[in-house]
Amino acid sequence: MTDTLKLPELVCPAGSLPALKAAIDHGADTVYLGLRNDTNARNFAGLNFDDKTAREGIRYARSRGRKILLAINTFAQGASTGRWRSALDQAADLGVDAVIVADLGLMEYAARHHPELRLHMSVQGSATNHHAINLARDLFGIRRAVLPRVLTLDQVRAVMDKTDIEIEVFGFGSLCVMVEGRCLLSSYATGESPNTHGACSPARFVRWEQGAGELKARLNGILIDQFVKDEAAGYPTLCKGRFQVGGETYYALEEPTSLNVMSMLPELIDIGVSAIKVEGRQRSPAYVAQVTRALREALDTAGRERHRFSVRPAWQQALNNVSEGRQETLGAYHRPWK
Amino acid sequence: MRIPDFTLPSPVASLVGTLPATPPAWLLVQSLNHLLKKGILPADTGLLDGRCFMVAVKDAGLNLCFCCSNEAFRLAPAGAVPDLTLSANFADFLRMMLREEDPDTLFFNRKLSIEGDTELGLIVKNLLDSVDWSETPLARFMAV
Repeated sequence: MTDTLKLPELVCPAGSLPALKAAIDHGADTVYLGLRNDTNARNFAGLNFDDKTAREGIRYARSRGRKILLAINTFAQGASTGRWRSALDQAADLGVDAVIVADLGLMEYAARHHPELRLHMSVQGSATNHHAINLARDLFGIRRAVLPRVLTLDQVRAVMDKTDIEIEVFGFGSLCVMVEGRCLLSSYATGESPNTHGACSPARFVRWEQGAGELKARLNGILIDQFVKDEAAGYPTLCKGRFQVGGETYYALEEPTSLNVMSMLPELIDIGVSAIKVEGRQRSPAYVAQVTRALREALDTAGRERHRFSVRPAWQQALNNVSEGRQETLGAYHRPWK
Repeated sequence: MRIPDFTLPSPVASLVGTLPATPPAWLLVQSLNHLLKKGILPADTGLLDGRCFMVAVKDAGLNLCFCCSNEAFRLAPAGAVPDLTLSANFADFLRMMLREEDPDTLFFNRKLSIEGDTELGLIVKNLLDSVDWSETPLARFMAV
């Protein structure tokens, strides 16, 4: 049987030039990055690309037939939309293959000033149905939408049936409460959140305190979790903190966990998603290499074996090892009770 | 090359603990300054200026203390309180430096601890991640 189905693009993260090269060298079709400011949702000290490293990264990808996307996925703040518009101008000047945008005003700016620049709607744009996606297509000419991680596989399929826009879904990475593009939890404790400042639980508000027995995580002074010796830890975000509710202390919102869709790859290929995305621009080149290699092999194998496909222990182990909270889930894709 | 799982035997720590920590710290400081001067370490020293660091190699019983001032690394003056302390066993520091393991992974698994100024920790981590070793003789030792 000849395989006529096109495999989804494997879209991998990079917070630095070595991470970008690691992604390409280990089989990413596409790498996404951000600039060194609050125009992207991983605005961490010392992370991301300046003009020089972005150009070098684009050169590296192009010469190997791969693509580069630039995430400009925070929301432009009232008084200073200039920085976001400049980021779009810079993207056009760099010649990236597409920009990933959440803010409708910026989509309009891009469509008007850089009509040749391909637009992807960010997961932060929070479009969970075909009406929203088709509206953004009609108004701004978006070519792809990244779906929030709240839809079941059937719901993803239902969206895809009613739009001709490419659909990208998340395949692996840390999970949060996934109120994508609308979450302000971090602001309650710090005054800053991913949508406004490009970082959830900004590091300058975080303190890790090693006590005699346990490791305490404090966010702006507020105790949000503590871990006993050797207990797996996670990122210090409010949604993954343990809280006292009704006299009990537990993960009241979300446990530290990672999404892993490996076992579902044949179905994702079948329904025709255009791209599968890996979370983690904040992670190091080692993570990017390990995750990209495992998913590249899994995706190619799933494309060949289709419904005879089974997840190989080595891939599973590679992903388990780097997972936040050291546990994994199919997330919303699998909701048997739906 | 994969770093095998090992912990230095405890006599190493008790022996090293009795020796002055200055020679290894001096070596580390010299190496950092060399990388800085060669432009391999793309450090914005402005972000590190006036800050002190402690690298605690737990199974070796070794605490390496150094500071950054006037665009260079120096041994920490006696009694300096570190702004950032990174602690791990020798094998895990090696894995991190050779890009065999991601620091966040080691942190989730409780093999790396970060105390003090978390943002400074992030700056250091991202600085090390952004070093392009491919043009240096160390490239052949790097996993990625």
